[in-house]
Amino acid sequence: MAIQLSLTEDQAMLQKTANAFFSEHSPLTRLRKLRDSGDELGYNRELFQQMAELGWTAIPFEERDGGLGMGLAGAILISEAMGRTLAVEPYIPSILLAGQVLALAGTPAQREAWLTPAIAGEKVLAFAQQEKTSRYSATNVQTKAAPSKSGGYTLNGEKHGVLAGARADAYLVSARTSGDSTAVNGVSLFLVPANTPGLKVTRQRRIDSRNAAIVELKDVQVGADALVGEKDGAGKLIESTLERATVALCGEMIGAMTAAFDSTLAYLKERKQFNVLIGSFQALKHRAAKMFIEIELARSATMLAARALDDNDPEGHALVSVAKARCSDAYVLVANEAVQLFAGIGMTDEHDIGFFIKHARTCELTFGDAAYHRDRFATLNGY
Amino acid sequence: MVEIEAFRQQVREFLEKEAPQSLRGLNDPKYAYWGGRKPELPHPDAQRYCELAAERGLTAITWPKEYGGGGLSAAHERAFHQELAKLGFPAPLTGFGLTMIGPTLLQFGNDAQKAEHLPQIVRGKIRWCQGYSEPNAGSDLASLATSAVLDGDEYVLNGQKVWTSYGDKSDWMFVLVRSDPTAKKQTGITFILIDMQNPGVEVRPILLISGASPFCESFFTDARAKVKDVVGGLNNGWTVAKALLGHERTMIANVFGASGGARNSNDKKNAIADIAREYVGEVADGSHKLADPILRDAITQVTMDTRCFLATVARNADNIKAGHRPGPESSMFKVYGTELNQRREEVLLKIRGPQALGWEGAGYTKEELDKTREWLRSRGNTIEGGTSEVQLNIIAKRVLELPGD
Repeated sequence: MAIQLSLTEDQAMLQKTANAFFSEHSPLTRLRKLRDSGDELGYNRELFQQMAELGWTAIPFEERDGGLGMGLAGAILISEAMGRTLAVEPYIPSILLAGQVLALAGTPAQREAWLTPAIAGEKVLAFAQQEKTSRYSATNVQTKAAPSKSGGYTLNGEKHGVLAGARADAYLVSARTSGDSTAVNGVSLFLVPANTPGLKVTRQRRIDSRNAAIVELKDVQVGADALVGEKDGAGKLIESTLERATVALCGEMIGAMTAAFDSTLAYLKERKQFNVLIGSFQALKHRAAKMFIEIELARSATMLAARALDDNDPEGHALVSVAKARCSDAYVLVANEAVQLFAGIGMTDEHDIGFFIKHARTCELTFGDAAYHRDRFATLNGY
Repeated sequence: MVEIEAFRQQVREFLEKEAPQSLRGLNDPKYAYWGGRKPELPHPDAQRYCELAAERGLTAITWPKEYGGGGLSAAHERAFHQELAKLGFPAPLTGFGLTMIGPTLLQFGNDAQKAEHLPQIVRGKIRWCQGYSEPNAGSDLASLATSAVLDGDEYVLNGQKVWTSYGDKSDWMFVLVRSDPTAKKQTGITFILIDMQNPGVEVRPILLISGASPFCESFFTDARAKVKDVVGGLNNGWTVAKALLGHERTMIANVFGASGGARNSNDKKNAIADIAREYVGEVADGSHKLADPILRDAITQVTMDTRCFLATVARNADNIKAGHRPGPESSMFKVYGTELNQRREEVLLKIRGPQALGWEGAGYTKEELDKTREWLRSRGNTIEGGTSEVQLNIIAKRVLELPGD
């Protein structure tokens, strides 16, 4: 295997710096504060800008786009570090989703107006792709884009679960330009600035307390220059964007499951019942050892998928599904076990472990769960 | 030391010009040559190939030259195996002499022991087996009871060993015996070598649920082993035994991890799905999806898990190559690799359906009969060489540092 699965010196350094940064600036207590105060944005723009100043938002982009060309192999180190402390800044929504779309298919004008400020952390973009009933399909789209008299398009529809959608500066909206709602072809992408008339954004409250939104489009008028990529042919673009974001999310899941596991392990070494540490019980030791194995496998699968996509390896598409299926199963296991092993205190809102079980399910049910990705893997492999 | 590239060239020349060309293309475990006083010949040229390779130090590449080894590095050994694979040759010699007792003698043996035994191993003259487990000492190996009582310059052995792999085909055994019955369990054990031709040593094959007999039970009735054949000192056998178990686990991890991984990744893509297609067919809509959606999902789970496991084996190898110490991930290879193999066999069993029920004879292909026995054999993977439960205890203790009980 030509792919190298050990970290280079640069990557190891990046990992160390990122872990230290989020421990210092975004400990777990921060998410609780943001949740309890009902913060409308749900994250912090200054902190996101600091991440940009450190160059982290530039990692997955090519140099021609003002990026560092460190690929997903680099980006997962950032998302992993964020996952460790459940940091909520819109790295995946603005950089790996919307930013990637523009890098892959944006015109020079679109890139200059939106990608450059997005990388600089000055603007936050959101990818409005999912709908209430679309589940994980990139092309199950009911939102419509009809040609307008002025030569542009009129958009009508409703997007759900738009990550970092509340108070974003612009939206990349998928809409049908032809075909019925399930046709593979006929989907197009449009860049819609937040101040466009007819756009209504409502913050959703989800179990992970993060910024997600409903984006309603009522007779939204955009020009022909709002089209991103090919008309009717955005299915592939959305798919490859989702693949890259999925791998970044896997990185986040690894960070989070590692933190949840470490915290559980520490508890097994301090909690006493029957006058002994509960970590001395073999039933619990074996469960801990199994979790350890699952996390190691998830990490390998994620590192492999990231490098395969970076190398344009044809197996990359299937490896994304291997990583997401594995990370979903592993993180759900670790989070469920964590609550069980913390027991009573694990059920209380006072304890932080509850944030992980909620985050685990959010990650699992974002970009396809394990069953979805097994089906996708089998289909990609022709069986 | 010869440069790797020059060494590769030497190996290629040896394989292309001197080695028996009849063995080319037979790099399959069933052509492995185990040597011994009465060697089994998987191929008529196997013994000659072993002797030619041994003369050149190629059967034990990393062992010192004075004992017939190659005096080279682990990197040379890897290069040798890569060249073998490229030209399709089997390894010239295999067995527990090379993988277990040899490395142990190099670590703990005295000069006389090394000089006596290592050259015999290198040339495939003596085949070794392991006398560890007993009927009442399995996972709790240190409770072993086979006794050794000093009588002049010999020990008199009495007791029973079990799970002696290929005991019926071996010439010498390395045995753990209780030499001090009054000492605490681990401290009264001695590691000793015995020639199985000696009177009082009896070996019987054990018939397994798979119908094969790779293991034996061995009985010692006033059997005599020499004091000079104690390795690592009297009552110090537990230390030697643990080191040897390390060599054994490396060997098993190699089977299910590194080399097994290399073998599997060369397998045809979708190998399991292709087998399933023969048995369950496809849906009728032209999508080529397997007709049984539950099997399709089970196949995908085991295929994905294999991919994740191989990636973890590769990550471990890359980390070692990059100069890092082996990470904690390596401790999981035995438990996960064996359980994965069992799950793969289970899925294959379900794919074959009623055709998986054949034991022998009419109505079944040879492959179906073989696979069913492989499935039965695979149930032992999580028991031999340390049960999964013991492996999980080891991970909990050494990696996770959970408290003892």
